Amino acid sequence: MQKKFDRGLERARWLAGITVFAVLGLVGLLANPYVISLMTIVLLFTFLGQSWNLMLGIGGQLSIGHALFVGLGAYSVGVLYVKYGISPWVGLLTGMILAGSVGASIAWLSFRFEVRGIYFALLTIAAAEFARIMFSGWEFVGAMQGLFFPAPTGGIEISMLRGDVRFYYFVALALAALGVIGTEFISRSYLGYVWRAMRDDESAARALGVRTFQHKILVISLSAATAAAGGGVLALVQGSIFPDSIMGMGLSVDVLLGPVVGGLGTTFGPLVGSLAAIPLNHLMSALGDSLRIPGLNNITYGVVLISVVWFLPDGIWPAIVRLCKAIQAPPTAWLWQSRKVEE
Amino acid sequence: MLSLWLNVLASGILLGLVYGLVALGLTIIFGVMRVVNFAHGEMVVFGVYIGYWTVRLWNVPIIVAAVIAAVVMFAFGYLLEALIVKRFVNRPHHYQFIVFIGLSLLFSGTLLVAFGPDPRPTASQLSFQTVSLGLLTLDLARVQAAATAGLLIALLGAYLKFSPFGRSLRAAADNRLGGLIIGLNIPRVYAVTFGIGAACAGVAGALISPLFDAQPYLAVDFTLLAFVTVIVGGLGSFGGALLGGLVIGVAEAIAALMFTPSMKTALPYALLIIILVYRPRGFFGAKEI
Repeated sequence: MQKKFDRGLERARWLAGITVFAVLGLVGLLANPYVISLMTIVLLFTFLGQSWNLMLGIGGQLSIGHALFVGLGAYSVGVLYVKYGISPWVGLLTGMILAGSVGASIAWLSFRFEVRGIYFALLTIAAAEFARIMFSGWEFVGAMQGLFFPAPTGGIEISMLRGDVRFYYFVALALAALGVIGTEFISRSYLGYVWRAMRDDESAARALGVRTFQHKILVISLSAATAAAGGGVLALVQGSIFPDSIMGMGLSVDVLLGPVVGGLGTTFGPLVGSLAAIPLNHLMSALGDSLRIPGLNNITYGVVLISVVWFLPDGIWPAIVRLCKAIQAPPTAWLWQSRKVEE
Repeated sequence: MLSLWLNVLASGILLGLVYGLVALGLTIIFGVMRVVNFAHGEMVVFGVYIGYWTVRLWNVPIIVAAVIAAVVMFAFGYLLEALIVKRFVNRPHHYQFIVFIGLSLLFSGTLLVAFGPDPRPTASQLSFQTVSLGLLTLDLARVQAAATAGLLIALLGAYLKFSPFGRSLRAAADNRLGGLIIGLNIPRVYAVTFGIGAACAGVAGALISPLFDAQPYLAVDFTLLAFVTVIVGGLGSFGGALLGGLVIGVAEAIAALMFTPSMKTALPYALLIIILVYRPRGFFGAKEI
């Protein structure tokens, strides 16, 4: 707690954040298109990971069906843009409102009788799967054939959020930066303190006069809305929407992989986790394809996931920090703030 | 018209018993260890492959395949728990989720490498035989599967209720610390529990192997189906798993008759949401989760 008011530490954290994003900005200017498009996905999943982290790391509610909110955002942008030519900005807003209300209704449904913990998590999967099946059967949104955005014309149009690979990279970078700033802002605000109190001990928080029911609904709908924003941009980047890939269980796993593998509750955890997991997955799929062994990528990915949780229990980022401390590199020690999630 | 409805209902109930067995495996593991086995569907698919290969290689009745699946999958589950899962039992749910997602990727990848992605039709003679009973005409495979599943559920229930080990298992489910204090061998109880859960899934898989084509991608559907079943019934409840299985089986059968095929898969989820509105913890939900 005292550390929180340490000025030097504060400045160092700002510096670290600015350095990281400056490096990422340079990557966007200099790297080749393949690296840029891969990094765009990494940054988008960083943002989605931060949105998920808001729900578990700060709100204390485990969601393993985040694909529902991502998909709602993607479909809002897709349907409005492809069918009616309405700007994706409107689509993003619509998606956020839609996902926020869906999140709030799921939360309301489940918390009004104190259903929580793993039960709530299973409910999120069920809701996501239900939505996926409904969308795969819904002709208006393209059903299984999917929804395709018109090919980009090359020019950058901010009002329609259309542009080339590099443009989307910087959109994703901006989102990830927004995610970091937003997380910092929320965790220092009144709501952040209330939510963490609620996460750590709900009964105690309630005894102090916190309306935990309303606050849980609020944190979940906020997380859902931000996930929808990420989903909308993801759909624009990918140029197509298929129910199985945007609302499937695989996407829910990808969303929470970043923060859990990278380090839950840390500022840079989701970035490091996505940076490790997504390129590895791409590499393994490519390797499996070229060797003509269809299951190879699954096996490697599975083994890596189990090993990370086994050997690096609190994630990659804290492990890096420990390593730096061990080899006497004090300047890096402050990078890892101990805003860890109590288990 | 009446006979059509009766037939659909009956086949739904028969398949529902098998779903109940799948869900029972999940619910026993959760009830005792407080761990949700997200790789449950892969274990069902292991069972399907065991059924496929034993019937194909030795041409034995499906009951024998089920016994083999039970033994193999029990050993598999026991070892899996003792080697890997036990390290994560006391970790938070999201870590367990990652571990089990890792395991399910590992299993499905292994199946893909071993057998390839193409579905293998298990059509034996059994798949086409029927039995007639008044208005009802039923698949013999379904009747056999349901009868075996029902028998196994009853046996397992009796075992948990009356045997000394069943008692210690229920004690561990009730109060882990208390169990430790009175000297229960909790690690062994956990390993056996996981073995029983895996065996339930494996047997169910072997039993339905004449009805489903063996294919690695079936696993996700079975995992989700088992989740829906246990949530409908109440996580951690024995009777709930059975009732949930029957409800889901019948609902699927009716949906397949009344709506388009895609609705058949959506209906269990819709049902789940409806049930959660009225009975948030399922039919027989545990009080403390």
